[in-house]
Amino acid sequence: MTLDQVSNSSKSYIVRQIKKGPLTTKLIDMGLFPGKEIRLLFKAPFGDPIAIDVQGYTLSLRREEAALISIE
Amino acid sequence: MKAALVGNPNAGKTSVFNLLTGLNQKVGNYPGITVDKKWGHFNYQGTDVELLDLPGLYSIYPKSQDEEVVFQVLRQKDHRDHPDLVIVVMDATNLERNLFLATQILDLGIPTLLIANMIDLMDKDQVGVNLEKLSELLGGVPLVPFNARTGQDLALLKSALLEVPLEVMPSPHTQEFMNLEEWNTGRQEEAALGEARYKRIRQILSFCQPLPRKRSVRHQKWDQILTHPVWGYLIFLSLLALIFQTIFAWSEVPMNLIDTVFLTLSQWTQATLPNGPLTDLISQGLIPGLGGVMIFIPQIALLFGFIFVLEETGYMARVVFITDRLMRPFGLNGRSIVPLISGVACAIPAVMATRTIDHWKERLITIMVVPLMSCSARLPVYTLLIALVVPDVSWGIFNLKGMVLMALYLVGFVAALFSALLFKWILKTKEKSFLVMELPDYKTPRWSNLGITMLEKCKIFVWEAGKVILAISVILWILASYGPGDQMASAIAKIPVPTESAQQADYQQQVKSVALEHSYIGIAGKWIEPAIKPLGYNWQIGISLITSFVAREVFVGSMATIYSVGETFENDQTLLERMSHQRNGLGKPVYTLASGISLMLFYAFAMQCMSTLAVVRRETKSWKWPLIQLVYMTALAYISALIAFNLLN
Repeated sequence: MTLDQVSNSSKSYIVRQIKKGPLTTKLIDMGLFPGKEIRLLFKAPFGDPIAIDVQGYTLSLRREEAALISIE
Repeated sequence: MKAALVGNPNAGKTSVFNLLTGLNQKVGNYPGITVDKKWGHFNYQGTDVELLDLPGLYSIYPKSQDEEVVFQVLRQKDHRDHPDLVIVVMDATNLERNLFLATQILDLGIPTLLIANMIDLMDKDQVGVNLEKLSELLGGVPLVPFNARTGQDLALLKSALLEVPLEVMPSPHTQEFMNLEEWNTGRQEEAALGEARYKRIRQILSFCQPLPRKRSVRHQKWDQILTHPVWGYLIFLSLLALIFQTIFAWSEVPMNLIDTVFLTLSQWTQATLPNGPLTDLISQGLIPGLGGVMIFIPQIALLFGFIFVLEETGYMARVVFITDRLMRPFGLNGRSIVPLISGVACAIPAVMATRTIDHWKERLITIMVVPLMSCSARLPVYTLLIALVVPDVSWGIFNLKGMVLMALYLVGFVAALFSALLFKWILKTKEKSFLVMELPDYKTPRWSNLGITMLEKCKIFVWEAGKVILAISVILWILASYGPGDQMASAIAKIPVPTESAQQADYQQQVKSVALEHSYIGIAGKWIEPAIKPLGYNWQIGISLITSFVAREVFVGSMATIYSVGETFENDQTLLERMSHQRNGLGKPVYTLASGISLMLFYAFAMQCMSTLAVVRRETKSWKWPLIQLVYMTALAYISALIAFNLLN
């Protein structure tokens, strides 16, 4: 599944893969590399963007970008 | 020695810069791009250090203009800003991600000093990183713990800086940056390299960081309230209301003071220097022009003071977070909301505040539409015209005059959104819009940085936009004071010179009025009369429209000058009464509801502020965008005024 489908904030996930595209490098730079443990923290009103815990800091990203991140 | 500061946003880089250089700071530009260049000096034990503050970033792979600058400066040994050594400021509570940038810099093969900032928070989190071990594993790079919040051990930091060996062993990974000449190719290769780099960092950290930091989720309560679907927006709106109240309240006194000082200075020069055109130029053109630049300083300083506090506390990121979805359909993003709303105070700081929008197209759209927000300079114009043409009718608590005023603000906001939509369709870009933003921990702002930031913004405005504003205001003054041939002189000669000294003041008023009428601007005002007649205006309004280019509120002053004479001229009449008695050629009143509303709409939409244009030029690095802005806003103003006049007339 991809990160944008997550609605449960009590469960942690592992980043499996970042979809290839113009944002791949950006997302990896921000610490979303395969193997990283992440967790949904909260969502903005209207469910977009979302905020996630990237083990050490909080990152926000739009659903569109979250959809690029496959997790397990 | 030349040193450069690099670090992630929110790692405390600016604090370190301010601690090291204090007030010895300069701001400028990298040639050809819209990235601010900040540098400063300090001297430690006889060594003079020139410190360059590079933009905050997460990786030196150039994806934005900021990253491009850092990459060029650090990689090209012959770049004029290439430093002898680099200081990397890292957030010690999040070493994994901060080391990503730090190891990239190390791999570039430049002498480096690493700073583990926020060491107090690291101790509080009990992360317990063995910094000596870390330094060793990174190849013996000097690494100093630091707390920029208190500035303690600054001397240690400085001496560590001077002790950095200026010869470095090439890193085994240096190759990574040497091969890639063309960065637009090999994106996927970059991703793979990034992954490998993180693996390496994890390995290093596993030796010196026994417990990887579990996020203590320090502030989730705050986040729950501040990003709440109801409370989040309510708090944001109340905060904005409070900020604007304060800006208006606090800027009034200094603005009046600046006004008085320059007026006095102008009168003093006029009285002291020998009479002549040069004295007139200095006392009436140059000094008021300078005053016209300085008058913006209180609002710029205050607005950036508030923006600084919002940014520093971490709240701004939450505002972006909750407004991003709302702004996106209009081609804007969450970062546009603060500049856009700041436009209600003044478009100048608002345009300057768009710097934080890193997506160029969204930044440009924000800049283009910000001046449609009704700024405080329009308020005197609105007030005068509303008092003149809007009937005093009330329904319960609603007063028609008040509602018209509110409608004008609303109409500006709606026009801004729809123009944004239009620009979204017209402007093409290869860059994809995205939001991948850190939500930093909430912190109390470092007040010592507040003054420095306010000073910096005022400096940028005065030095970079001030020159253009001064030049244009001098030109406008010349055009308003001189006319072709001896038209002006002969018209003035026709006014009977009073014999009694009591009438001297009236005489001076009449001379002023006639002089303006026969100046180049006066002639231009008459010349455009056929063009503005369909909007319900006469040449007097035409003149005021042109003089408003200095600043919109000048409209009121121009009207007062022009209407100081007339057939129904009586001494004790106020400007309002004089204007309401104006009749056109057919004997109908000039200022009716139709022409008044038409004029107000014109002021709501027209680009009549040369200072804003100067700032837009500065921020977009070309005259193209301010010119487009001038044309589209004036066209919008003309068309809506035309429609309004014809509907109401």
